[in-house]
Amino acid sequence: MTPPSNEVTELAEREYQHGFVTDIETEVIPKGLDEDVVRLISSKKNEPEWLLEWRLAAYRHWVTMSEPTWQKAHYPSIDFQDIAYWAAPKPKPKLNSLDEVDPELREMFDKLGISLAEQERLSNVAVDAIVDSVSVATTFKAKLAEAGVIFCSFSEAVAEHPDLVRANLGSVVPVRDNYYAALNSAVFSDGSFCYIPAGVRCPMELSTYFRINSAQTGQFERTLIVAEEGSYVSYLEGCTAPMRDENQLHAAVVELVAHTDAQIKYATVQNWYPGDAEGRGGIYNFVTKRGKCAGDRSKISWTQVETGSAITWKYPSVVLQGDDSVGEFYSVALTAGRQQADTGTKMIHIGKNTSSTIVSKGISAAHGQNTYRGQVKVLRSAQGARNFTQCDSLLIGSDCGAHTVPYIEVKNASAQVEHEASTSKIGEDQMFYCRQRGISEEDATSMIVNGFCREVFNELPMEFAVEAQRLLSVSLEGSVG
Amino acid sequence: MLHIENLHASTAGTEILRGVNLDIAPGEVHAIMGPNGSGKSTLAHVLSGRPDYEVTAGSVTYNGVDLLALAPEERAAAGVFLAFQYPVEIPGVGNLYFLRTAVNSIRATKGLDPIAVTTFIKMADKAMDAVEMDKSMKNRSVNEGFSGGEKKRNEILQMTMLEPTLAILDETDSGLDIDALRIVANGVNALRSPERSMLVITHYQRLLDYIVPDKIHVLAAGRIVRSGGKELALELEASGYADIEAELASKGATA
Repeated sequence: MTPPSNEVTELAEREYQHGFVTDIETEVIPKGLDEDVVRLISSKKNEPEWLLEWRLAAYRHWVTMSEPTWQKAHYPSIDFQDIAYWAAPKPKPKLNSLDEVDPELREMFDKLGISLAEQERLSNVAVDAIVDSVSVATTFKAKLAEAGVIFCSFSEAVAEHPDLVRANLGSVVPVRDNYYAALNSAVFSDGSFCYIPAGVRCPMELSTYFRINSAQTGQFERTLIVAEEGSYVSYLEGCTAPMRDENQLHAAVVELVAHTDAQIKYATVQNWYPGDAEGRGGIYNFVTKRGKCAGDRSKISWTQVETGSAITWKYPSVVLQGDDSVGEFYSVALTAGRQQADTGTKMIHIGKNTSSTIVSKGISAAHGQNTYRGQVKVLRSAQGARNFTQCDSLLIGSDCGAHTVPYIEVKNASAQVEHEASTSKIGEDQMFYCRQRGISEEDATSMIVNGFCREVFNELPMEFAVEAQRLLSVSLEGSVG
Repeated sequence: MLHIENLHASTAGTEILRGVNLDIAPGEVHAIMGPNGSGKSTLAHVLSGRPDYEVTAGSVTYNGVDLLALAPEERAAAGVFLAFQYPVEIPGVGNLYFLRTAVNSIRATKGLDPIAVTTFIKMADKAMDAVEMDKSMKNRSVNEGFSGGEKKRNEILQMTMLEPTLAILDETDSGLDIDALRIVANGVNALRSPERSMLVITHYQRLLDYIVPDKIHVLAAGRIVRSGGKELALELEASGYADIEAELASKGATA
């Protein structure tokens, strides 16, 4: 058997499309972290006392914790004093309309294919654009406000809706949850806030676009989404970063709260810079994402397409507290070059007749290492809980790896838990079959990979599904020998 | 016009073809018969360019072009089509989407624009009717969960849509019941034309009752040992391959 020609080598040499740096005047505080830095961040944001105290409590806990090392990824230990914890495009005016956005910033977003102006004019997606640590623009605010939907930057939410923020912040991911969540809680700079009032179906897709621009800074944002009784929201998140030789840390926290009969769909297309073929540079994407189905019959769906980052380490999870609540996790993770991904989900069944579905598709090419790690936990109270898990891995070439680490813990005998897993290689047979029909190796690879991911892409909104397919094709570009 | 001369080929270090000579003129249908392990499928794979076969000697020219120098997709574009003995499953890829991608890939090599979707669907509907394929097969994943007969009909559907000038059918009759065999054979016969050559590979004479060849060749131990008209199939049906193998064995002993 011959390997699929030079696919592997060329895969690793593909170009990253979003690797440019935009020259924007940026305010960065000196590197390092101590209580004064936490106070400085808080004061720069004119935060209320309670939030400063919350941050300090997180910081004081963080210093007692040690960096976790249990994940299946190899990287040198991070020097947390060598990171700047605040960077913001300067000046930072309060924006009332897109016309006030810095032209260079707008150009950057145009270059990324996310024209903020176009978005506003043509599409029905409201965008919150976050550069480095700060939200630079939120579109469609007025239209959303008519429906009673609050969609704004986190800072703005703290200033204008402090009670809502205070009631929900840390309610799903407590400050002491894990090392990176504690760090984020201490130093988070901005993020998105979204509140859907009872009975409201959000009239459009909401979207946050994250961009790391500055060098040697960490990015720590928080997203908080609260869906009141009987409401519905679909939320999209996209990410890119410039090509740099050093690694940059992205440690975000996303919290979702779904009350009775509410539904939250959260989709991510993550395309952080993955580093070069030798593994130099790239983003460390260490993110805590968790949703709480607080009310009966509530539903939270995570869909993620992870094509970027040097290391992806995250487990979007659902705590199924309400009776008959539903949690879903659909994931595609692609690792090429020297990328490493350790990703999966946790489904914690607490309420009666709760159900969860996990569909994970891992694709490894070149020297990529892809691990699915998932936990299904059924507590004693979760009478009639059900889970279905399917983990499929696809290998391209012979230097990559796929690993599956499922943890299942069941304390209620009435629960039904199913787990299916498969590992396959893009077969010589499949490749030859396509080529015999006149389809080039490159198109065949992209077609087979997209076919493999179809169940997950079906869960994405249309534009995102197209974007995701395009990203996968780009990531696998140059696979023809 | 296909011209095969002194073709030697091996796979995994074992020589399978040991000097095959064969000419097929446009419009002709040739059958290759022979015992298991004689190299029939290897010949099909070598002609279509399967990567794990190595040609060690000889030449294949097709319409004046050195076929062996072309990549599999280039051979497809040149008009070579292989109906697989074991059609391959491609999960998540819709059957007609796959077929349209193939049609458009081949069109692109000829400088043609992609086919209009409506035109394509009309053509596909007609071709599916011809092989009595259920319309639900349009959007199912390529060959996934298809029965043996459905897979073979799908091969004929692809062949119809791709309009090859050299169609190689590798044991297309294997695993088919008599009804499916008739449907598949009808599909193949409908594609016979003065411009299209066919190479029908089969172990059994049965298929040749339905697809009547112009010539029959017997392949044994990597060489064509006998050639003749369609009556040769009946002869083989009566005597089996045992005589031929015995003859070869005695030759081998004296060589």
